[in-house]
Amino acid sequence: MIKYLVKRIVLAIVTIWAVATLTFFLMNAVLGGPFLSEKAISPQATAALEAKYGLDKPLIQQYFTYIGDALHGDFGDSLKQRGRTVSDIIGMKFPVSAKVGGISVLVALIIGSLLGCIAAINRGKVMDSIVSVVSTLGIAVPSFVLCTFLLFIFGVKLKWLPTMGLSTPAHYIMPVIALAFYPTAYIMRLMRSSMLDVLGQDYMRTAKAKGLSGKAQLFKHALRNAILPVVTYVGPMLAYTITGSFVVEKIFVIPGLGGEFIGAIQGRDYTLIMGTTIFLAVLIIVMNVIVDIVYKIIDPRINLK
Amino acid sequence: MTKNPLSAHIRLNPEDFAPASDAQKASQVIMRESVSFWKDGFRRLMRNKVAVVSAIVIILIMIFAFIVPLFYPYKYEVQYKNANNLKPFTYSAEEQARIDAGEKVFPHIFGTDKMGRDYAIRVMIGTRISLLVGIVATAIILVIGSLYGSIAAFFGGWVDIIMMRIVDIIYPIPDILLIVLLSFALKAPLNKLAATPGFTWIAKVGPNLISIFIVFALLYWVGMARMVRSQILTLKESEYVTAARALGVGRGKIIKKHLLTNCIGTLIVTTTLQIPSSIFTESFLSFLGMGVAVPLPSLGSLASDAINGIGTNPHLLFIPAIVICLVILSFNLLGDGLRDAFDPKLKD
Amino acid sequence: MDDKYLVDIQHERLSFFTPAGEVKALSDVSIHLKEGEVLGIVGESGSGKSVTAYSLMGLTAYPGRIIGGTLQFNDHQIETMTEKEMRKIRGNEVSIIFQDPMTSLNPVYTVGNQIVEVIRLHTGKNKQEAKARAKELLELVGINEPEKRLKQYPHELSGGMRQRVMIAIALACEPKLLIADEPTTALDVTIQAQILELMMELKEKLGMAIIMITHDLGVVASICDNIAVMYAGKIVEYGTTDQIFYEPKHMYTKGLIRSIPHIDAKEHERLVPIEGSPVDLLNPPPGCPFAPRCEACMQICLREMPPITQFNGDHITQCWLHQKEEFEKGEYNE
Repeated sequence: MIKYLVKRIVLAIVTIWAVATLTFFLMNAVLGGPFLSEKAISPQATAALEAKYGLDKPLIQQYFTYIGDALHGDFGDSLKQRGRTVSDIIGMKFPVSAKVGGISVLVALIIGSLLGCIAAINRGKVMDSIVSVVSTLGIAVPSFVLCTFLLFIFGVKLKWLPTMGLSTPAHYIMPVIALAFYPTAYIMRLMRSSMLDVLGQDYMRTAKAKGLSGKAQLFKHALRNAILPVVTYVGPMLAYTITGSFVVEKIFVIPGLGGEFIGAIQGRDYTLIMGTTIFLAVLIIVMNVIVDIVYKIIDPRINLK
Repeated sequence: MTKNPLSAHIRLNPEDFAPASDAQKASQVIMRESVSFWKDGFRRLMRNKVAVVSAIVIILIMIFAFIVPLFYPYKYEVQYKNANNLKPFTYSAEEQARIDAGEKVFPHIFGTDKMGRDYAIRVMIGTRISLLVGIVATAIILVIGSLYGSIAAFFGGWVDIIMMRIVDIIYPIPDILLIVLLSFALKAPLNKLAATPGFTWIAKVGPNLISIFIVFALLYWVGMARMVRSQILTLKESEYVTAARALGVGRGKIIKKHLLTNCIGTLIVTTTLQIPSSIFTESFLSFLGMGVAVPLPSLGSLASDAINGIGTNPHLLFIPAIVICLVILSFNLLGDGLRDAFDPKLKD
Repeated sequence: MDDKYLVDIQHERLSFFTPAGEVKALSDVSIHLKEGEVLGIVGESGSGKSVTAYSLMGLTAYPGRIIGGTLQFNDHQIETMTEKEMRKIRGNEVSIIFQDPMTSLNPVYTVGNQIVEVIRLHTGKNKQEAKARAKELLELVGINEPEKRLKQYPHELSGGMRQRVMIAIALACEPKLLIADEPTTALDVTIQAQILELMMELKEKLGMAIIMITHDLGVVASICDNIAVMYAGKIVEYGTTDQIFYEPKHMYTKGLIRSIPHIDAKEHERLVPIEGSPVDLLNPPPGCPFAPRCEACMQICLREMPPITQFNGDHITQCWLHQKEEFEKGEYNE
C-alpha cells in the first residue's frame, strides 16, 4: 500500500511538473513578442514592463522563478485586472465553481448509481428500457447543447427559471442539470452494466444460498462490488465537470473560475491563463490520485500491489 | 418387475428392437450451424435493428455532408445581399422579385444567418467539418495508440515499463486545458507558417484545428495504447497462442493470424466509439470559439454563433445542435452494436 | 426400516424459458435420500445435475421455472413455498458448496464477515458469540490460525483454503442436507482428496445428508451410498454404488465406467471414450436422448422414450434394452 502510494504520488508530481513546464514554455512562446505590443508603447515602457515581469532575464531563469513562485501559490499579477494577483482571482472565483461543480458531481453520483441499479435489477422491464434510452441520449448531448436548450425553454420561453447568476437556489437548477446530465447518463450506464455483471457472479449465488433477503444481497453484497467502476469514473468526471463549467458558466453568467478562464482567453490575460491552467490541472490530477487511493481502500484485492 | 404405466399404450413390434443405423442416429442430432467469426458477427449486427438504423443515419448524414453540397445552389461562405436573418422558406426582396419575374429560386430551407449566408449549406459544411475532424482525429489516435501499445506489449520488459510510465504521466493531463493552451500558443507560429507557400491550407483549416489535432496526437492516444497493449498481452498469454507456438508456427504468422484477427474486433469497436468522442471535443471547443477558422463553419461554432439570437431565431441554434446529437448518438449506437456483434468479451 | 425420506423429489420438470425457446433442463426427475445418506448425482455438464440440486434450494436461475412434479425436503413442500419461506431454510436446513471457491466468496468482505453473516442470520447469536462460532467452524474445517484467517480477505487464501471456508459457511447452522456442487473440480488433485476426506469426516461428526454432484465417478465411488446417473435432464439409472459400478444397466452408465482408468487394467487395455456430444435440449429428440451416441441403439429408441425398468431394490434404469428382454419374454402381449 505504501509503495503504491509513493509511486502514485511521484507520478502525479511528474505529471504536474510536465503540465507546468509545458504551460510555461507554450505561454512564453506567445509572451516573448506580441503580448505587450497590442498598443503601441515606447521602448522604455516596454523595457520597464519586461523588467517588471522578469522578461529581460534568460528564459531558463524565468522558468525557475515561475516554477518556484508557483510552488508558493504565486502565479504573478493579472495582466488585465490591474492590482489583482492571479492567486487572488482564483481564490475568489474558484469557490463559486466548486459549489456548482460539487453539487453536480453529487447529483450525478446519486441519481446515476440509483437509476443504474434500478435498471439492472429490473432488467428487461419498462424501467430498464427508460434508463437505457435516457442514458444513451444523455451521453450524446454535449453540455452546450443542453445548456442552450434549457436556457431557451425554461429561461426564455417559459420564464420559469432565472437565467443569470447564482443568487438563489433556483439559480442553481439549470447549471447543475447542464453539468450533471452527461455524467449522470454515463454513470447510469456504467452502474447498470456493472450491476448486471455482479448479479451474475458466483458470490451472489452464495449470498442467496445463505438465505439472505433480497435487500441484504443487494445492499451488502452487490452494491459494494458494483460501485467500483463508478469510483474509477469519478476522476474523469471531475475533469469533465471542470471543463464543462467553461461553457455552463459562460452561458448562465456565473461568476466562477470557468467563466473567468474563458474571459482570460478572450482578453488575452496570459498570466491568468497560465495560473488557471496549472491550478485546474493540479486539481484534476490530485483528485485523480485521491480517487485512486479510495478505490484501493474499497477494493481489498488490489491492496497488496 | 414393474411396468411403466406410460409404456402401456405403446404398441411394440419386434422390428422396433432392430438395431438402428448410424445414419438414423445422426439424423437425431440437430446441430446448431457453425459459422465464421466475421459472418456470425455480421449476422448479429444485421439483426440489431438499432445498429442498422444508426448505420443508415450515418450514411445519410455523410451524403448530406459530402455529396449534396456539390450540387447545392448556394455556397457556404457567400453572403447574399439583403438576405440577413431570413426565416426558413422565405426570400429576400431581390429573390422575391426574381420569383415574381417567373424565375425559379431555390428556397433557403433553413433560412439564412445574420450575415445573409444560406443556413442549410452551412449546416451541411459544418457537419462535414465536424465529421472530418472526428475521423481524422480518430485516425491519428488509432495509428499512434495501436503502434505504441503493440510496441510496448511485444518488447515487454523495461521497454514496456518505461513506455507505460510515460502513459501514466500523460494520462491524467486535462486535455481540454491543453488544447486551449496550445491553440493559443500555436496561433502565431502557425499563421507565420501559413504565409509560406505550400502551407496555405493551414490558414483555411485554422490554427485552432491544427492544435486540436496536435493535442489528440500528443494526449488522446494513451487510452487506445493501453487498450491495445492489454489486449495483446492477454492474447500473448492465451492458450491458443501458446499452442500455436508449440506447434512451431512462425512469429509473423502468429501475429497475423491470431493476434490481429482477435484484436481487430476490439479496435473497430473502440474506433467507432472514439469518433463521436472526438466530434464531441471539437464541437465543445468550437462553441467556445476555439475551433475552426472563420468562415469555415463547424456544428459547434454554428451553435455558438446562434446563441445570441436565441430569442428571435432559435432554429439557427437547434438545427446544428440536433445534428450534433444525431451524429454522436448514431456513432455511439453503431459502436455498441458492433461491440455486441464482434466483441463478445466486451459485452455487458 | 425407516421409510421417511429427507429429500423426496417426484417427477420434477423444469424448463428455462429463453428467447430462443423452451430449454427442457429437467424432464421427469425423481430422486430421494434419507437422513445421513450420501447421494451422488453423476453426469456430463448440462445434464441437469446442478439444476436439480439448485431447484431444491429454490436457487433456480432466471429464466428457469419448475413446471411440474413435487419436491419435498424435511417436511417442506419446496415447490409451493414463497421466497420468504425459502430464505429461512437456505443456509440453515440446507446449504450448498459451489464448484469454484475462487469466485464464490465475496471479494470485498473478510472471511470472518462472511461466516458471521450466515450465523447471525439464522441464529439469535450476538456478534461476539457468532465470531466465536466462526472461529470454531474454521477449526472444524481444518484451518489453522483461525483468528488470523477471520480477518483476511478471500484473495489472500489459497483455493483449498477457500473451499474450506465455503464448507464452514455451509455448515455454520448445522444443516440437515449439504449440497456439494462439484466441490473439488476446481482444485488441485492433492487438495481434492483432502476436501473429500474432510467432508466425509464432517458427515460422520454432524450426521447430515449430502448430495454430491460431480462428473467424476472416482469421487462418487469412494463416498456415496446411492448414485443417480443423469443424461439430458433425465435420470437414466439409479441404484446403490455397488449396483451402479458392478451391474450397470444403462448403456451410458456402462460407457462412463469404461471411461475411467482402472488400477488393475491390463497393459494394452485402452480407455473407451463415449463418442459424440450431448443433445441440444432446445430441440430434444423424441426418443431416448442417448440414442444417437448409443452403440446398442434400436429403432424404438429413436422414436419413444423408454419406460422405467426396475431391478433389485431401488435399482432402476430407463433403457429399451431391458424392455426388449421383457418383450421377448412375451410380457407385452396384448
